[in-house]
Amino acid sequence: MKTRLSLSQKSGLLSLGLFAAILLVWQLLTLPETHVAAANVDPEYAALMGGGGAKAASGFPTPAAMAQTVWDKLSHPFYDNGPNDKGIGIQLGYSLARVLGGFFLAAVVAIPLGFAIGNSRVVYQAINPYVQLLKPISPLAWMPLALYTIKDASASSIFVIFICSLWPMLINTAHGVANVKKDWLDVSRTLEVNPLRKAFRVILPAAAPTILAGMRISMGIAWLVIVAAEMLVGGTGIGYFVWNEWNNLSLTNVLFAILMIGVVGMALDSLFGVLGKRVAYQE
Amino acid sequence: MTSPSIHPFLQVENLARIYPSPTGGEPVTVFDHVNFRIHKGEFVCVTGHSGCGKSTILNILAGLDSASLGNVFMDGREVSGPSLDRGVIFQSHALMPWLTVLENVAFAVKSRWPARNKQQVREHAMRYIELVGLKGAEYKLPSQLSGGMKQRVGIARAFSIEPKMLLMDEPFGALDALTRGVIQDELLKICAETQQTVFMITHDVDEAILLSDKIMLMSNGPHARIAEIVNNTLPRPRESSAIHKQPHYYPIRNHLVDFLVSRSKLFGSLRDAPGAPSSPTVFDPADLIESEPEAFSELPVGKPHIHLVNA
Repeated sequence: MKTRLSLSQKSGLLSLGLFAAILLVWQLLTLPETHVAAANVDPEYAALMGGGGAKAASGFPTPAAMAQTVWDKLSHPFYDNGPNDKGIGIQLGYSLARVLGGFFLAAVVAIPLGFAIGNSRVVYQAINPYVQLLKPISPLAWMPLALYTIKDASASSIFVIFICSLWPMLINTAHGVANVKKDWLDVSRTLEVNPLRKAFRVILPAAAPTILAGMRISMGIAWLVIVAAEMLVGGTGIGYFVWNEWNNLSLTNVLFAILMIGVVGMALDSLFGVLGKRVAYQE
Repeated sequence: MTSPSIHPFLQVENLARIYPSPTGGEPVTVFDHVNFRIHKGEFVCVTGHSGCGKSTILNILAGLDSASLGNVFMDGREVSGPSLDRGVIFQSHALMPWLTVLENVAFAVKSRWPARNKQQVREHAMRYIELVGLKGAEYKLPSQLSGGMKQRVGIARAFSIEPKMLLMDEPFGALDALTRGVIQDELLKICAETQQTVFMITHDVDEAILLSDKIMLMSNGPHARIAEIVNNTLPRPRESSAIHKQPHYYPIRNHLVDFLVSRSKLFGSLRDAPGAPSSPTVFDPADLIESEPEAFSELPVGKPHIHLVNA
């Protein structure tokens, strides 16, 4: 009997297979030594070498130990035992707040400015050299300057997020606005639509898919940069958490943090994917 | 047909469009000395080969483009920019794809009457959507409509603002022949009901004969002009399926086709010759001696139909 699997069923099975393969390789790479050790060597030494599961602070954790950590951390995400021991939810919350803050400020600046650039050849040519010069600068290079002028670590990381989110949104908004179909502009001209109404009812919806694509890129970059920025400024946030756990030599926690960064990044990206679909139109 | 009054509704005087040459040589004159008048309620078609500047003239009338020389007056006032007094139907229909049919029409209605409330705008828009036979499709997006339906929305939108004049740039050029026939008949009906003044560009000789009161023929560019004006004497109401049985149909059609095939080229070389006509020649089939028997025959004679679609 031959049953035909749908495309998504096939890819789902393949995904699961890959997951199992990764777990297997991981298990093989981490377990055998402790097994051998447990058989021949002093049990106390064996315990030290990782028999203690999640409590093993050094050495690469086994999948089982990892799963235990994930479970423990996720079942109490919001505890707070002082500066060096906060729940993962709190750390991610700090990071998200900074990212959203910087991102929001960047949107407030980039979208109106992008409109101006996209609408006018003169403004475009005047501003373009600045954009080209500032765009390739690593956002972290701004950190010393930000720390010196703002004098606040958290605000500085928000500034860094602002700077790195600005460019893709600015460029995409300008591009989207400049490329609104002439027909639609002609229609609004013949209907004597006033400039404000034209901006919100014609240009904005016409350029929205491009603008949202820019926001999606910006958000992706912001989430990459926040980890590095928080490693640098310290105190709170998921980046600080990673660095702190590295100092604690807890690879399990570092791995857990990496996983969480991925999950949140994916969630942010798909959020913008959904928003993008909403404003998309088919000609 | 309406009786022409002394003051024409639309007057175009000495319109010209000159482009500076891209290579720095002689400037290119696309068309010049374009003069014509359109009376209230008149349906005027313009035809001519590509590149003679028909669309530019339409855009100048719409206020979307400006002439290098000359003036356009409508209702005694000079046309200097786009206005709600002139509705435009674009060939590409130019519907906003993120708005539904109703929203597209309502956008125009709200632009025309900003003080109206939502309900009034909706009712007004719905009336025109019904007029073009799209009732039931008002919540659809343009991407869900066929080409003919999209163009109907364009027509509804243009009529909904109740413009003093309607400008159409090959509105049915992209439609298949069957759909075109249906929409042409509908347009005829709507224009008859609303007494709309229309300026329309078309490449389709039969479409011009079916719809117009007057057909303006443009010679080839550069230096294009309105070379001839044909008075369309076919009686109204007309219908696309029966129009070829009218006695004046073939004389007009032959005249138009002959112009497009041969005279449109000759005009350019003759225009500067001494004794060349300074104003367009007028062709009126009523002036013909009623002696062309083939035009009266019941059955269409075996003449090949020359369709100049997008020539």
